[in-house]
Amino acid sequence: MNKTEQLAELRHSLARYALPPERAPIATGHPQADAVLGGGLRPGSLHEVFATGWSAGSFAALLAMLAAGKKTLFWVQPDYEAMEYGAFSPNGLLELGGDPRGLIQVAARNATEALSAANDVLACPHVGALLLEIEGMPKCLDLVASRRLSLTAGESGVTVFLLRNGAQAQPSAALTRWQVSSAPSPAHDDDWGNPLFDAHLIRHRAGGLGEFLMQWNPEHACFKTADIGAVVRAPAHRPAVTQIAI
Amino acid sequence: MALWFARLPTDRLSRKSQFDAPLVISHKANNALYVYALEARAQKLGLYKGQPLANARAMVQALSILPADERADARLLETIADWCDRFTPLVTLDSPDSLFLDITGAAHLFGTEAAMLKMVTEKIGSCGFAVRGAIAGTSLAAKALARFAPGTIVVCGGEAEKIAPLPITALDPDDKILRALRHAGLKTIGQAAERLHSELSERLGKSFVARLKVMLGAEEQPLQPRRPLPDLISEQRFAEPVVTQEIISASLKTLAESLCGILERQGQGVRILQAAFFRADGKLERLAIKTGEPLRDPKVMVRLLNQKLDTLADPLDPGFGFDLIRLEAVLAEETKPATISFDSDENARRQIRFLVDRLSVRFGSSRVQRFVPQDSHIPESAGVAVPAQEEDFAGGAWGLKRKPGDPPRRPLRLLEKPEEISSVLASVPDGPPSRFRWRQCLHEVTRAEGPERIAMEWWKKQGLTRDYFRVETREGQRFWLYRDGLFEQNGSPPRWYLQGLFS
Repeated sequence: MNKTEQLAELRHSLARYALPPERAPIATGHPQADAVLGGGLRPGSLHEVFATGWSAGSFAALLAMLAAGKKTLFWVQPDYEAMEYGAFSPNGLLELGGDPRGLIQVAARNATEALSAANDVLACPHVGALLLEIEGMPKCLDLVASRRLSLTAGESGVTVFLLRNGAQAQPSAALTRWQVSSAPSPAHDDDWGNPLFDAHLIRHRAGGLGEFLMQWNPEHACFKTADIGAVVRAPAHRPAVTQIAI
Repeated sequence: MALWFARLPTDRLSRKSQFDAPLVISHKANNALYVYALEARAQKLGLYKGQPLANARAMVQALSILPADERADARLLETIADWCDRFTPLVTLDSPDSLFLDITGAAHLFGTEAAMLKMVTEKIGSCGFAVRGAIAGTSLAAKALARFAPGTIVVCGGEAEKIAPLPITALDPDDKILRALRHAGLKTIGQAAERLHSELSERLGKSFVARLKVMLGAEEQPLQPRRPLPDLISEQRFAEPVVTQEIISASLKTLAESLCGILERQGQGVRILQAAFFRADGKLERLAIKTGEPLRDPKVMVRLLNQKLDTLADPLDPGFGFDLIRLEAVLAEETKPATISFDSDENARRQIRFLVDRLSVRFGSSRVQRFVPQDSHIPESAGVAVPAQEEDFAGGAWGLKRKPGDPPRRPLRLLEKPEEISSVLASVPDGPPSRFRWRQCLHEVTRAEGPERIAMEWWKKQGLTRDYFRVETREGQRFWLYRDGLFEQNGSPPRWYLQGLFS
């Protein structure tokens, strides 16, 4: 073995030490979804959530809460979004089983600022998770920007959720892409009101796709299979032909 | 050191434009116009301050007369004071026309006191201001000397001797006291000082005697600085003004290093850091940075400063160059001696705090927030957002509204202002709505729960009782609405508002 090879060998073994430890997937708690995702959402990557309707965006917030765990959750929200979709309410987070003390909100003036703030947050490996909200389809959120988010997230291991309200899917570097709308509460449920989402995994770079009806359980702070009986009622905005059978 | 600007209002105008005729500033008092300030040329023609303007016009036909602008004068004095900051951090305004510089311990940096006085007055004079200066132990004595014997330098304790021959007007007495003094035949300060103080205070009031004592150096009057005095300063002067970004950042780096050296020796860290850039043409730019925890790392300091420089709305304009850059620790705090901890939690907390600092520098500390609970049952004021940098807001505990096992009772998002909903179909008197229109869209309610009655704070006597409902629409969207007031409360039907969005 000559010197060059030896050096290369040493470098290689050193690089292995510097590698981030294998991170455990973030289990959502919904068995089917976790099975498709391979145990859960992969940390240190970019996940996109396209929300239909006013309140489906909370899906991204709940995922971010799951990903952050006990660490700090950063919520980057441009002013316009707060005006249109409502500002974050700490009491609401508490009701959902989260901890408002572990949340830091960054109010950006516009989408460009929000993106740059997001890149700053992602660079810090001690952040739990980042929720970035961007409305519509601004020019600054192009393939380069989403690639940068995804790379920075990969380096630091911080999971980033990009919540898109009022936007169409467009090419991006996201690992998963979700199309989410709120689902009506089950007919027989008297204790209605727990968040219930009709979540479609429409893109997944590392595995299969699927459509899930996911209900949030505030007690255990995780998702669960919605107990809705045999058949989901048809959402009003879609014809009954495309009923999803679970 | 006192600097007296004899003709500030006219200097301000004649710096900008040339006047052919002698310039006089008029001022309206008691419904008549008076001469407020005048140029040297006008003074030579026999005009004087306080003269009725009509008289002045009668004496000299060709006059340029402009109205007084006291605010502009005050701004100008403020700018000059900013410029004077380069000599000492303690500069005081004495409106309308004087400045005090506390040069204790600063004079030797410029040679002697005389050299410093000469330099300051010459530099200001070369900008077109009529300025007179003097140095004395107390501010009032220095001001009196600047006005009546400019250039005088009094060693501490020698005030009485130098002040004595000055006319009594140097005391700045009001008309009544001046008349009384003249009646008594007292023409100089020395003569007044010879009188018994009890006699004087009987006649002229205690404040006059107090002024006299300060003037004679018998008592001291502390100066009130314009801005909080920094705890530590490190500065760099340039023989040639610097323009290029590289030199500026390099000098910021050396300044930060020297400042941190001092901080380290004193066991302190900086909480508020200010960088001041003195431009060669007199303009001054200041940048302030707040940090969440005492900071003593030059690299971090430079990084924050550079970030602040990058986010300036109008970038730092060096103009003809900066001749002095100063770094001030406006607020320094004790740091706890910390051993480098292997505790990863502590390390993580520190990293997060540093991240919050960086974000606050970029976007402003009011835009990086955390939430603390408030003792209020009104939904929109139950939690308040405070700057995440501030650690002082001790909050109580967050209280859960739902019973264990129940669905959420409060929405994750609250609209910034409750939005009125129209076409509400609800049963009287306290039924939930079955249909409503919000943002141009008609929503059919399939489920509703309520009312949860929340009364406004009666001690504020505003706002009606709100009856809140959780509703679910046919599409599965869950909203939080309320009826503002009761049906029988006033003649018109109550209004309905949508306040929150459940998930």
